[in-house]
Amino acid sequence: MPVERLEGFRTAKSDAGSKEGFKRGLLLTKLDRAVSWARKQSMWPVTFGLACCAIEMMSTGAGSYDLSRWGMELFRASPRQSDLMIVAGRVSQKMAPVLRTVYDQMPEPKWVISMGVCASAGGMFTNYAIVQGVDTIVPVDIYVPGCPPKPEMLMYGILRLHEKVRTEGRIS
Amino acid sequence: MTPSELAERIRVRYPDVIVARGEATVVVDRERLLETLEDLRRDEELRLDFLSSVTATDWPGRTPRFWVAYELHSLAHGHRLRVKVGVPDEDPSVPSVVPLFPTADWHERETYDLFGVVFDGHPDLRRILMPEGWEGHPLRKTEELGGVNTRFRGAFIPPVDRRTT
Repeated sequence: MPVERLEGFRTAKSDAGSKEGFKRGLLLTKLDRAVSWARKQSMWPVTFGLACCAIEMMSTGAGSYDLSRWGMELFRASPRQSDLMIVAGRVSQKMAPVLRTVYDQMPEPKWVISMGVCASAGGMFTNYAIVQGVDTIVPVDIYVPGCPPKPEMLMYGILRLHEKVRTEGRIS
Repeated sequence: MTPSELAERIRVRYPDVIVARGEATVVVDRERLLETLEDLRRDEELRLDFLSSVTATDWPGRTPRFWVAYELHSLAHGHRLRVKVGVPDEDPSVPSVVPLFPTADWHERETYDLFGVVFDGHPDLRRILMPEGWEGHPLRKTEELGGVNTRFRGAFIPPVDRRTT
């Protein structure tokens, strides 16, 4: 999105900024908005593929769908370098503590996308082995339905998360 | 040997043999389990020397309630035989066959984990699939069906379809 169209931004073209300084290309905004805009432009997801949803997640990151259009093609193998966790697949009861540990190791600010119906609500696995919704373990920002979701659906979820980060992000 | 030939061959020593759906099954007492497996393995014509699976079935309301099944396979002759042992509900234990077949180690741990059948003499009988500290044995027919509460850091969070808020 061009920076002129973001709310709260003033450039030389907008009528509110017709003074001398703005004509020279000065840009004024709130620090919150600027930082949030920068954050959402380059989110780094942690590698957390658990099941078949991970195949779609990898496809989303690969050439055909190309997550790098939003600066996030790099799935980090270390949670220390990530700010987004895409829980792709069903979480078993034994995996739950591992998932929470990885989440705790991610630096703030951090976001979670629950990808697919299994991660969101247990899906077809209404049994003893699978956690009935990953939101029982970590706070979830975006739920992406589907079994598994198409790459377009995951991309839509990611774009909605970008919108959330841009509008709700705070640096304090 | 075909399953029916196999059944006729061992009927002399083990009378409780049936052939169903092309599979031979012999039922023995749990006290005679170890000697039976050893005998079937030593016999030159049978040579049932490969234990491919140990599992159990649960029949609540019947006596005995549990049946532990040992799937035997002969690598030399290519035939198969199932040995079943009835296990009562009040004393769900069978002797471990790990001394005979070391591969039974994890099979018996899984059967113990999911059905609660105790294998006497097992070298390391603890849960293998479910988390440590899990209560109950999930594949027993008396266990509740459906999703279970997420047990995490002392909290008990019900499944999505049972949340009230």
